[in-house]
Amino acid sequence: MIELSNVSKTYGSGDSAVHALQNVNLTIPKGTIHGVIGLSGAGKSTLIRCVNLLERPTSGSVLVDGQEMTGLRRRELNHARHRIGMIFQHFNLLTTRTVFDNVALPLELMGEKRSTIKNRVLPLLEMVGLADKAKQYPAQLSGGQKQRVAIARALASKPNVLLCDEATSALDPQTTSSILELLRDINHQLGITILLITHEMEVVKSICHRVSLISDGKLVEDAEVGDFFTAPATQLGRDFLNDFLQLSPPKELLERLEESPSEHTHPVVRLTFSGDAVSTPLISRLARECSVDVSILQAKVESIQDRTLGLMIAELLGSHEQTQQAMSYLAAHQLQVEVLGHVQRNV
Amino acid sequence: MSSAMFDLILQATLDTLYMVAVSGVIATLLGLPLGVMLYVTRPRQILAMPVLNQVLGIITNIGRSIPFIILMVAIIPFTRMLVGTSIGINAASVPLTIAAIPFVARLIEGALNEISPGLIESAQSMGATPWQIITKVLIPEARGGIITGLTITLVTLVSYSAMAGAVGGGGLGDLGIRYGYNRFNPTIMLITVVILVVLVQGFQSLGDYLVRKSDRK
Repeated sequence: MIELSNVSKTYGSGDSAVHALQNVNLTIPKGTIHGVIGLSGAGKSTLIRCVNLLERPTSGSVLVDGQEMTGLRRRELNHARHRIGMIFQHFNLLTTRTVFDNVALPLELMGEKRSTIKNRVLPLLEMVGLADKAKQYPAQLSGGQKQRVAIARALASKPNVLLCDEATSALDPQTTSSILELLRDINHQLGITILLITHEMEVVKSICHRVSLISDGKLVEDAEVGDFFTAPATQLGRDFLNDFLQLSPPKELLERLEESPSEHTHPVVRLTFSGDAVSTPLISRLARECSVDVSILQAKVESIQDRTLGLMIAELLGSHEQTQQAMSYLAAHQLQVEVLGHVQRNV
Repeated sequence: MSSAMFDLILQATLDTLYMVAVSGVIATLLGLPLGVMLYVTRPRQILAMPVLNQVLGIITNIGRSIPFIILMVAIIPFTRMLVGTSIGINAASVPLTIAAIPFVARLIEGALNEISPGLIESAQSMGATPWQIITKVLIPEARGGIITGLTITLVTLVSYSAMAGAVGGGGLGDLGIRYGYNRFNPTIMLITVVILVVLVQGFQSLGDYLVRKSDRK
C-alpha cells in the first residue's frame, strides 16, 4: 500500500525554481500493479524516488504500509527501506560481486547470518531462473539476466513494495516481455505491490492494473488500464494511445484534409469501439440504416487485458445530413467518434 | 666490482625499499580515509558536508603544491620530534609519507569518482548506511582504480626517495650522489639508475597484474 498526498518537489528557489512534482495524490492498494507513464522530464523519476525518499519531497505526505516516510529518522528510514525493493533501468549491480553476492547484499546490510543468507538467496535465484549463474559476475550476463538478478536482489529483504524505475527501458522487446512476465508472477505469487514508471505504453498494457499519466509534474489522469486505453481523458493520453497504436491517417490523406466542411467534402472520422460495440456489426448496419457508404482507411483491433479495443479511420460518404445522422447513430452505440477533418470528393 | 661495493649497493637498495614501503603503507593508511572523505563529503554526496569538503580540499592542495625537496627541509623540526634525527632512512620516511598522503588521497578520490552514481543510489534504496556504502560499495567497486593509484604512488615514492639522498637520507639516491656524483664514479651512478629503473618496472608490473586480476568489467 502506497499513499502519496499532496506531494510536491521543488528544486532550487526563486526564479530558477523547478517544480518537478506539484500536489501529487496517488493511492496504490496492496497487491496491485500501478504504472505511471509520461514523457521524459515529466517528473516520473522524481515521483518514484519520493516513495523511498531517495528524493525528499518539499511538502506532502508519503505513506508506505501505513508508515509516514517523511518523518522518519535516518536509522528508521534505512529500516523502512528494507521493506521497499527497487530496480533500475541500468540494473545497478555491483561489478565486483558475483550474482550470488549481489543478491546477498541487502541481507548483509541487514546483518543477517551467512547461513540465513544462503537459504534466502538460492531460492530467489531459482525463482528468477538464474540458479546456474550464481558464481558468475554481472559482466558475463545479458541485459535481461542482469535485470533478473536485480529483481532477485530487490526481493531478498522480503519487501511489501517493489519500485521499478524504467526497468525495461534498456531491454529489447522480447527481453522486456519476459521481465514483465516475471514481475507479474512476483505480484501474483507474493502479493507485492508494484509501482513502475515507464514511457512505454506496452509495459502499462501488459502488466498494470491502473495507470496514471504525468505531465509537467502533475498527475493528469488516473484510470483503470482498460479505461485508459479505450477512452483516455486528456489530449496527452490520446497522443500516447495513438502513438502506441500507430493509427494515424495516411500522409497523403492528411495533406488533403480540410478543417471545416464545405459543399463537396466528406468527413474523415476516427472511431473507437470498446465493450459490446466491438462484436456488433455496426458498419454494415450504418450503411443500411443511414444510407451512407463507409470507406475504411485503417483499422485495428487490440486486446487490453480483458477488454477489446477496435479502432478505425474511415471516410463517410453521403450527403451532409446523412453523414451527420451516421455520426449520431455511432455515438448512440457507445462508439467514440472524432472528426479528423474533411476531404474533397474524389471525382 | 669489490664485495664492499656490492654490499654498499645491496644496502642502499634495501634502504630504498624500506623507505618506499614504510611511507607507502602509512600514506595509504592515512590517504585512503582522506580520499574517501574528499569524495563522500562533496555536495549531494552520501555525507555531504560542503564546508569540511572545502577545508580538506585546500589542505590536500597545499600538501600537493609544496615541492618535495622544500617540504623535506621545511619539516625537519617535525621529523626530529618524531624520529629523533633528521638524517637516515627513518628521517627520510617522514617527509616521504607527508608528501604521499595528499597524493594518495586525490588518486583515491579520482578512483571513487569513476563509480556509477546508480550503484550508490541502489545501495541507498536497500537501506545501506553511509559506512556500509563506503565499505561494501565504494571501496570494492573502485578496487581497480585504487590499485592503479597506489602503483603510481609507489613509483613516485621511488623517485622521491632518491631525492631524499640529497639531504643524507640514505638509499639509492644517497649512494648515487655520494659515490656517483661527488666521487665521480660513473659505474655506481649507472648501477643505481639501473636498479631504480628495475624497481619502478617491478612495481608497475605488479600493479598492472593486480588490476587485471581484480577487473570484473
